[in-house]
Amino acid sequence: MVEAANILDVKGLEAWYGESHILHGVDFSVRRGEVVTLLGRNGAGKTTTLKSIMGMVGKRKGSVTYEGTETVGLSSDRIARLGIAICPEERGIFASLDVRENLMLPPKIMAGGLDVDAILELFPNLRERMASQGTKLSGGEQQMLAIGRILRTGAKLLMLDEPTEGLAPVIIEQIGLTIKKLKDRGFTILLVEQNFRFASTVADRYYVMEHGQIIDTFANSELEANMEKLHAYLGV
Amino acid sequence: MFNISTQALFAQLLVGLINGSFYALLSLGLAVIFGLLNIINFAHGALFMMGAFCAYFLLTYAGIGYWGALALSPIIVGAFGIFLERTMLHRLANLDHLYGLLLTFGLALIIQGVFQNFFGSSGLPYAIPPQLTGAQNLGFMFLPNYRAWVVVFSIVVCFATWFAIEKTQLGALLRAATENPALVRAFGINVPRMITLTYGFGVGLAALAGVLAAPINQVRPLMGENLIIVVFAVVVIGGMGSILGSILTGFALGIVEGMTKYFYPEASNTVVFVIMAIVLMVKPNGLFGRAS
Repeated sequence: MVEAANILDVKGLEAWYGESHILHGVDFSVRRGEVVTLLGRNGAGKTTTLKSIMGMVGKRKGSVTYEGTETVGLSSDRIARLGIAICPEERGIFASLDVRENLMLPPKIMAGGLDVDAILELFPNLRERMASQGTKLSGGEQQMLAIGRILRTGAKLLMLDEPTEGLAPVIIEQIGLTIKKLKDRGFTILLVEQNFRFASTVADRYYVMEHGQIIDTFANSELEANMEKLHAYLGV
Repeated sequence: MFNISTQALFAQLLVGLINGSFYALLSLGLAVIFGLLNIINFAHGALFMMGAFCAYFLLTYAGIGYWGALALSPIIVGAFGIFLERTMLHRLANLDHLYGLLLTFGLALIIQGVFQNFFGSSGLPYAIPPQLTGAQNLGFMFLPNYRAWVVVFSIVVCFATWFAIEKTQLGALLRAATENPALVRAFGINVPRMITLTYGFGVGLAALAGVLAAPINQVRPLMGENLIIVVFAVVVIGGMGSILGSILTGFALGIVEGMTKYFYPEASNTVVFVIMAIVLMVKPNGLFGRAS
């Protein structure tokens, strides 16, 4: 059987936080093994899109299919068990857990995850910090831990929400290299970024969001040609 | 006043340790429940009483003695707790603490009222198991075997609970879900089920304490009512949600209370509340609490 090209299809996705209507019909898709980046200004709905795919918002409408399975209507623990994992913007490192406990916390949901040695090979800085309290790590180390812990689970689609935010250039470079290595290992990555200079080093394709909708899309090879438009979209 | 008789001193110390055992077991359950459910479980005293009654029923109607009750009563009352959580408490998940407190307070009144209706206010006798009757002469005092058992067993249960929460993978999930339930759920954990089982576990601890108390206090519908007020003071002193804090504070305050009974009996009923007031002024998050 030939696997479908798209691992994730989002169609007409709407989402609400309480009374506020944040997403107004988001349409995009992610192909197997791709790195896709959502670009957009603050408040455009990028984080909400990731959280909606994960089932972490109050109310959703529309369609999100992962490997052909409709996930709107499923709880986030069920969605996770299909093979999607999230690394949230605030990183979500648990203060009452040490680094090892944080790393081992997400349960294995299917085969194909990295073992701890492979994760520590990607992020050698974590090796000496295993017994430290999770939140005692530097921002960069916390980001590595937040990415590292979802690699163990066997999830095939990784959603990374602004992994470079507030980090030093040398750390950003390391995270870029890691994303490339993960892509080589066959992971599919959906990235949210404000920093398109960073995104351009890893992404295959871009979607641009504004006011809770996708307003444009282009491949990495078309980045130069779209630079002017992109500056206008992002207001930089 | 300071005419120290060692025998009386050690007797009060023992009473303090016994009370401390109950404070520790109950405040531990409250701390676990508060941590994950954000509910101040005012029904805890009534559930403690149900544990004792369950032991009484098991003996009277099924011929199951103390040791069987020690295992079965926490399971039966814990299952009742799970029923309460599934049918009522989980609906309050996203509301202010106050709603959970009011609901569980109402439940406590109803449960205690029902038992009072059928059993009055006087105590029903529950015998010390034959293996634990008698006492040891320690030279400076007589130590009743049953009381020694209660103290040792409580310490073991408290330590086992602390170990399970602080040192195991399951405990790590519990701690993580206490901090950020939405994210733990997004990792594939069925957090609502975990919350239900945690409430059942906390209630089971209360029922276990009830069985331990049955041979000491008799089995009375209101046996949990006074106890729970002191236990809440213990929780405030130790710090809401701190596991180790609730255990240590429970035992320590039991001992402080016992010592006060010896040195200045008039203050023995208030000393815990005086300490609570001082702690609230100096460290509002409690001695072991994390600043929120």
